[in-house]
Amino acid sequence: MTDTAAVTTQEVELAASTKDAPELLSWDSRARRTITVYIPLAIFIIVLLFPFYWMAITSIKPDYEMYNYKQYNPFWVHSPTLDNIKKLLFDTEYPRWLMTTMGIATAATFISVGASVLAAYAIERLRFRGAQHVGLAIYLAYLVPPTILFIPLATLIFQFGLFDSPFALILTYPTFLIPFCTWLLIGYFKSIPYELEECALIDGASRLQILWRITLPLAVPGLISAGIFAFTLSWNEFIYALAFIQSTEKKTVPVAILTELVTGDVYQWGSLMAGSLLGSVPVAIIYSFFVEYYVSSMTGAVKE
Amino acid sequence: MDATTGDLALEWKPRKQHSRIGRLFDSKPFLVALCLLPTVGLLVVFLTYPLGLGLWLSMTDTTIGQPGEYIGLDNFYSLFSDPVFWGAVWYTIFYTAVATVGKFLLGLWLALLLNNHIPFKAFIRAIVLLPWIVPTVLSAIAWWWIYDPQFSIVSFVLVDVLHWRTHYIDFLGSPWSARWSLIVANIWRGIPFVAITLLAGLQTISPSLYEAALLDGASGWQQFRRITVPLLMPILSVALTLSVLFTFSDFQLVYAITRGGPFNSTHLMATLAFQRAIPGSQLGEGAAIAVSMIPFLLVATLVCFFGVGRRKWQQGSDND
Repeated sequence: MTDTAAVTTQEVELAASTKDAPELLSWDSRARRTITVYIPLAIFIIVLLFPFYWMAITSIKPDYEMYNYKQYNPFWVHSPTLDNIKKLLFDTEYPRWLMTTMGIATAATFISVGASVLAAYAIERLRFRGAQHVGLAIYLAYLVPPTILFIPLATLIFQFGLFDSPFALILTYPTFLIPFCTWLLIGYFKSIPYELEECALIDGASRLQILWRITLPLAVPGLISAGIFAFTLSWNEFIYALAFIQSTEKKTVPVAILTELVTGDVYQWGSLMAGSLLGSVPVAIIYSFFVEYYVSSMTGAVKE
Repeated sequence: MDATTGDLALEWKPRKQHSRIGRLFDSKPFLVALCLLPTVGLLVVFLTYPLGLGLWLSMTDTTIGQPGEYIGLDNFYSLFSDPVFWGAVWYTIFYTAVATVGKFLLGLWLALLLNNHIPFKAFIRAIVLLPWIVPTVLSAIAWWWIYDPQFSIVSFVLVDVLHWRTHYIDFLGSPWSARWSLIVANIWRGIPFVAITLLAGLQTISPSLYEAALLDGASGWQQFRRITVPLLMPILSVALTLSVLFTFSDFQLVYAITRGGPFNSTHLMATLAFQRAIPGSQLGEGAAIAVSMIPFLLVATLVCFFGVGRRKWQQGSDND
């Protein structure tokens, strides 16, 4: 009985492994695994990471190497230089753009996470009538793309006298951050047992005390991931920053690189790549510290 | 009652709740209103109102610095006879369709690969997400450099290393190659999100199902078709909806790499709206282009969400 079962499973496994079987069993041969798993995976990783490698290597190449593929192997740097980065940091307003972006992203993140915590708590825990509908409406707000909003928002920003001011961005970024964070935090609050709050309620704690002393401490991982998400999203935002900010020194990094560093017909690829690389570093660092929160909460949020 | 609250008084300070403000904070309607106020306020002022304002603007001849007057549907009439507009509509649909199919096929493949037992799994999962984390504009600039007509690394490999072609490809110089180049860059950026999302879905599928199928003699393809695909449907429909929505309304990638050129051949509706509204200062016309995206977005969202995963989606919500 067991023998026949083993034989059939082995046969089945042989047939299965020629396709992309989702689960390969342990007795699957090593060679086949290499072909069906490791080689495709290696190609995926190379293709997904190559643009970053290329960005990094271009940013430390001297000009004579960058434009001479015949003499210098383009995949390697023969005499690395920091000239591009130096030029970027000292001849342009790059440090200022970095600070501006950092400030705007931080402010927008705090506003959004604060508002989202309250909203998510009200929707998930206060259990008022119509909570579901409010939740759905906030979720729908996430589906409104910024590209259909930026023109009316531009006129609104102008009326408020916020044009060309960082507040234009700090106040508009929450429109796409709050729905996302609320959605994520509702999911997180759901995972905290309601009994804990009931106990506190019976013991005479007020609603605010419950939120402050019981729910929030338990929701810290959720708050961190909402914060990281909000920070990365505002760091990456482009169209509002492009439309609402005009003066050079107030621009955010993505906009400034594209509009200030690209001048004339000859592109300074070295500085452009250095700028892109440095602009990616802050989000990459934050991401690398919290990658586990990030991945799990992203999948958790999508599962909702 | 007294004894219990007395014991807890040290920690919970229940005295506070007897004061008038404390009682106000304990009334549920007040608390609900207070909690929702920041969110609802911000969203109404900066999202709902602009949405309506956009509809209004699309029916006016507003330009930058000059409030317009109501002109009915004139903006739409002039757009409907504008070949550039129809070109943008067509390319937006093409771009969304091809890029979404590419992202989901490759993303599903990557998710299946990552679902194996492989060394350094967590690390690989983390670095694979990089294209999605890094600001789109910045990776788009890297792609721009990769697509350079004279110093493209792809051309270099094809011509000088592999000798497959005789001359360098002008990626962004002619309409069709520019269109495909943008689609490739978009797929590259979209794969990680799809892969990680679907990986989460794959990990919720119980291994015992595969064991049972294996004992019943199901082939690998049958397992994939009858177990993996149906159980992935709920998460797939959500990911598909979001992906279609954000690809259709994409702006950054195209604006950074081609700005709609050459000869307006790669304009998406969003880039055309920007082009007409901000540099061209025709706010009314730009708003009309943005408004005409709405019907497409609605149809795409409804089709993806209810068409693809309706049955499974309902099941999924029951499981919560």
